[in-house]
Amino acid sequence: MKCQRCDKPATFHITELTGGKPQELHLCEQHARAYLTESEQEQPGGQSLAGALAQQLAVGQTAEELARLDQQACPICGITFFEFRKEGRLGCPHDYVCFQKELEPLILNIHGELQHVGKRPQRSPANTDRQTDLIRLRREMKEAITGEDYERASKLRDEIRQIEQSS
Amino acid sequence: MNVDFTSLARTSGEWLRGAGPEADIVMSSRIRLARNLADFPFISRANPGDRTEIERVLRERIVAIGDLGPLSFVDVNKLVALDRQFLVERQLISREHSEGDGPRGVVIAENEQISLMINEEDHLRIQVIQSGLNLQNAWETINRVDDLVEKQITYAFNEHLGYLTACPTNVGTGMRVSVMLHLPALVITRQIDKLFRSLQKISLAVRGLYGEGSQAMGDFYQISNQITLGRSEADLVKQVGDVIPTIIDYERKAREFLVRESHENLHDRVSRAYGILRTAQTISSEETMHLLSSVRMGVNLGLIHDLEIPTVNKLFIYTQPAHLQKITGGELDTADRNIERARYLRRLLNKEERGGDGVNQN
Ligand SMILES: [Zn+2]
Ligand SMILES: [Zn+2]
Repeated sequence: MKCQRCDKPATFHITELTGGKPQELHLCEQHARAYLTESEQEQPGGQSLAGALAQQLAVGQTAEELARLDQQACPICGITFFEFRKEGRLGCPHDYVCFQKELEPLILNIHGELQHVGKRPQRSPANTDRQTDLIRLRREMKEAITGEDYERASKLRDEIRQIEQSS
Repeated sequence: MNVDFTSLARTSGEWLRGAGPEADIVMSSRIRLARNLADFPFISRANPGDRTEIERVLRERIVAIGDLGPLSFVDVNKLVALDRQFLVERQLISREHSEGDGPRGVVIAENEQISLMINEEDHLRIQVIQSGLNLQNAWETINRVDDLVEKQITYAFNEHLGYLTACPTNVGTGMRVSVMLHLPALVITRQIDKLFRSLQKISLAVRGLYGEGSQAMGDFYQISNQITLGRSEADLVKQVGDVIPTIIDYERKAREFLVRESHENLHDRVSRAYGILRTAQTISSEETMHLLSSVRMGVNLGLIHDLEIPTVNKLFIYTQPAHLQKITGGELDTADRNIERARYLRRLLNKEERGGDGVNQN
């Protein structure tokens, strides 16, 4: 892939989340530095999201490594890391667990912290597995319906009902 | 429990009251919390069936709370564009929520101070908005509402990262604390950019009235926190609250400077603005906002005697396209809206002048 601002190969792949819509940028090293310096001047204190993702994604710098990282998918909702980078929105609560390694530098860069210190819900998700099971089963049921495998879909529906009723 | 738009168009929300501390400069204080159900995918990966189910679960359980006073549920997905725009102008839903698609709605409570958006970017966005500088009060109210909802619902929450949200920019407390300020003197004296830069240094965000572009409509600016993780809710309220007195002071000094150094120019600007608003035959929304800003400052500085701040606050909202069409009854094109807007302004401002019942009377 070529740099968006010149003909050199793009080694930095940045997802800018701070604007209205997530924006993908593919830049060579020189243009990436210029871009990150610009946005850091706009947002002093190192709050640039672009910076976080670029630093983290630039580690490998090869197209294969990036492709591998991007192909990682959440087993619960099916979102890939590539789709998250593209849309700027996560697919389900479990993504914070399954993409933990990729998300931590990003979260640290946005908030400067990784540990919540505020309010806690009175009812915490007592059985996390059951919650994520529900999300996964609903997705599988949707896939079964799309694939016109109605027998499987109805089995999945029964499973979902069972979990819902026991919670 | 459906909202009657005709009656809503005749009343005004609490936050337009023009009361509360520092109401000459602080229009409103607002806090919102982003929350998600633990056992559903986030909105971007939720199919229409999931979204219908999320809406049903949240609507039914919120309505069952009972401690929130009379509640209205609005099915935003079924509304025509004009009604959706009306709710945006009223600050009861976000522009994103209005322009989104699929099953989504809003529960409105207590004098329009509390609204709960369902299926916005997150499953639930709770908002509390109050007149003047009232952050502590807004926080106590929203915390109570959140506690009540939490009794009914299992939120997506993680020991380390707190409340889990669709975008990592909201994770942790999920809390955005915002104060809407009217800063005309800082705009006239060209000090506003300097203020922005110093606020960004302490990681506070600044946006125009409806978050569009950089040129704020009517010199209204919204200051809010950007960080949501690693600080307690009370700390975030304090972080935003602590800078407001400095900004208020800065705006007051700029006003004093204008009164002292160019009184004639300032008085002329205010009087002309008032004159145009009372006599124009056709006027755009932008020009109205711009002129009302001068008039609002003029009232606060005692240069205009026959007008009250709540009236001016209300005019900012009621002269916007959707409100105007609701009052005058029916959809109008831009040209007709500009004529109706001018007629509405003449009627209200000239009535007010004669001491009659202006827009304050609902
Ligand atoms: Zn380049
Ligand atoms: Zn997921």
